[in-house]
Amino acid sequence: MTTLDSSKEIKKKDSELSQHHEDFRMFGLITFLIADGMTFAGFFAAYLTYKAVNPLPDGYIYELELPIPTINTILLLVSSATFHKAGKALLKNKNSDAQKWLIVTATLGIAFLICQLFEYFNLPFGLTDNLFASTFYALTGFHGLHVTLGTLMILIISWQTRSEGGRITNQNMFPLEAVELYWHFVDGIWVILFIILYLL
Amino acid sequence: MTISIDSQDSNNKRLQPTGWLRYFSFSLDHKVIGIQYLVCGFLFYLIGGTLASAIRIELASPMSDFMPRDVYNQVLTLHGTIMIFLWIVPVVNGAFGNYLIPFYVGARDMAFPRLNAVAFWLIPPSGLMLVASYFVEGAAQAGWTAYPPLSITTPQSGQIIWIMSVLLLGGSSIFGGINFIATIIKLRRPGLKLMQLPMYCWAMLGTSLLVVLSTPVLAGTLILLSFDIVAHTGFFNPVLGGNVVVYQHLFWFYSHPAVYIMVLPAFGLVSEILPVHSRKPLFGYTTMVFSIMGIVVLGLVVWAHHMFTSGTPPWMRLFFTIATAFIAVPTGIKFFNWVATLWGGKISINSAMLFSCGFIINFVFGGITGVALAQVPFDIHVHDTYFVVAHFHYIVYGGTVFIIFSSIYHWFPKVTGKLMSEKLGILHFAITFIGFNLCFAPQHWLGLNGMPRRVAEYDPQFQFVNQISSVGALLMAISTIPFLVNIFLSIKNGKDSGDNPWSALTPEWLTSSPPPVENWEGEAPLVEEPYGYGKPVSTEK
Repeated sequence: MTTLDSSKEIKKKDSELSQHHEDFRMFGLITFLIADGMTFAGFFAAYLTYKAVNPLPDGYIYELELPIPTINTILLLVSSATFHKAGKALLKNKNSDAQKWLIVTATLGIAFLICQLFEYFNLPFGLTDNLFASTFYALTGFHGLHVTLGTLMILIISWQTRSEGGRITNQNMFPLEAVELYWHFVDGIWVILFIILYLL
Repeated sequence: MTISIDSQDSNNKRLQPTGWLRYFSFSLDHKVIGIQYLVCGFLFYLIGGTLASAIRIELASPMSDFMPRDVYNQVLTLHGTIMIFLWIVPVVNGAFGNYLIPFYVGARDMAFPRLNAVAFWLIPPSGLMLVASYFVEGAAQAGWTAYPPLSITTPQSGQIIWIMSVLLLGGSSIFGGINFIATIIKLRRPGLKLMQLPMYCWAMLGTSLLVVLSTPVLAGTLILLSFDIVAHTGFFNPVLGGNVVVYQHLFWFYSHPAVYIMVLPAFGLVSEILPVHSRKPLFGYTTMVFSIMGIVVLGLVVWAHHMFTSGTPPWMRLFFTIATAFIAVPTGIKFFNWVATLWGGKISINSAMLFSCGFIINFVFGGITGVALAQVPFDIHVHDTYFVVAHFHYIVYGGTVFIIFSSIYHWFPKVTGKLMSEKLGILHFAITFIGFNLCFAPQHWLGLNGMPRRVAEYDPQFQFVNQISSVGALLMAISTIPFLVNIFLSIKNGKDSGDNPWSALTPEWLTSSPPPVENWEGEAPLVEEPYGYGKPVSTEK
């Protein structure tokens, strides 16, 4: 069993270790995002295979309208930039600025979701109509779920970035950085999804 | 069993429950979590084993007289799913990985202790859910592969519970994988180089890469499958324009690497055990590392060899045959390295060593049938026959489960500070080895003669060979008794083992047995040569 002296020594060692703690939290998150990306990769692979092997019968081929998804792409790209701004502001210790940028980002995320729902309601096909429709809703829906979760997380961290008594400060940037990485990831997935689903 | 919780720092693992009670707590100690995985997995192994016995009793006669045909299918499904997702994957990764990896990298715990505990505590509820699904009207009966359209046309409530349970278990597996990668890469003790790590670390690094890259694809596939069942979409339903082969591709993209997820850690464990009990350095460390990584890369691109009869085009068959045949190269290198490690060594014949040697024998047999199955003409002949069943069990039982037992005998003194009874251990090995070979070797013959798998009834001409196989299964069931007796007797009044009964050099033995909560008193030792046997070293007794 540990004596008092050695346990003190251990505590010292632990505090030395915890200085590096930041690094592998990020490392773990990146590993997780790779795993998450593989789920999307599976969906994309299924979609592309269906497209190649199971073509829809004539008269069932839809031309997807481009305006809404294009607006959505712009919304997400801009939101990535505003999130970056929030991080920059926090680095300069301007918490209220950071909070403002985060709220702007969350608003853009909500706008994306509203546009997505608007598109859903105006599409000429439903979930079970045919193979293309099902895959379309599965892919965009799974991505939309990611956006929803991301928006919720942004709202939480924007509350935590408040000037007085907030948990996220210049010294403790990890929560903000983690959500930022996740948000860029979701953004990147959307770009791939936009190209594969709407443009190809 | 005192419980003291400090109000200021209740997350501090030093202050968590002690004694046996900690095994029922949300403990953050990697050693406790490792034992939790092992015991939980073993309980599910007993359930899965009981189901296997039921299958073999049914197959002792050509008619389905022990249970109705649909019950047989449900039992078969449950047996496969439990053994894979609740026994082998959690034990060979979670249990030994959690217990050993922090020692091997010179750390006091895993990189993410809380995530680690979450990963474990996902298992008991989803396991119970899976077992409970059997009692629901319309239990899952599409096999552990859940191929559509079978899985979407048979009664569905049980299938949905099955999917949810496997999704949760997949999540647990991914969390574990992330943790192992972070621990091995980021948490190494300063001064410890990657090429000085014990081989099990490399095996777990490779396995975790496979887990992180392939398990999410299974999750996505099962989500689509559940849409097909619940919302009546047509992803995999040919009636609605779907494509069943897409399911097979996505499923095997996970489930072929899953074979390596089950067997690579066993390769690592046997590489730890053989040098210790033959007092020789592990032969060919560098080639072993490259073989593991080679298997990881190749393991991701061979999945369609499970689908040679699913209308795969010729170019695809050719590619996957060649890729699969290539896997035999790194695997063969490892096999010869183990034999060369034993060659000329001072071998002690004990339970751990016997099970390891049993592994080598069974595994080379399963490997040879594996290469045979990769060849398209042969595969088409024996596809979905008992030949496949025999091959699979030679790898997973004769390979991995033998190593699980070998590891339990090897590390039992580490965990408890007590020695296990060698007499009972050798008895356990003898019955297991004879029973296993008696059970599965005849199934090669059955398969070659065309007995289909997964069917409750068969042609009466196969009855005698099936009865031999069932006797083997009975022996395997009996073999659990000396093992359990051994465990309980040894925990209760086993001989004290001392800190390092095997005079081993790997880092986990360079501390007291059982180890202190912090793994080492003071600083972690720097082990530059974990296999430096046969050289004058001060730790030799």
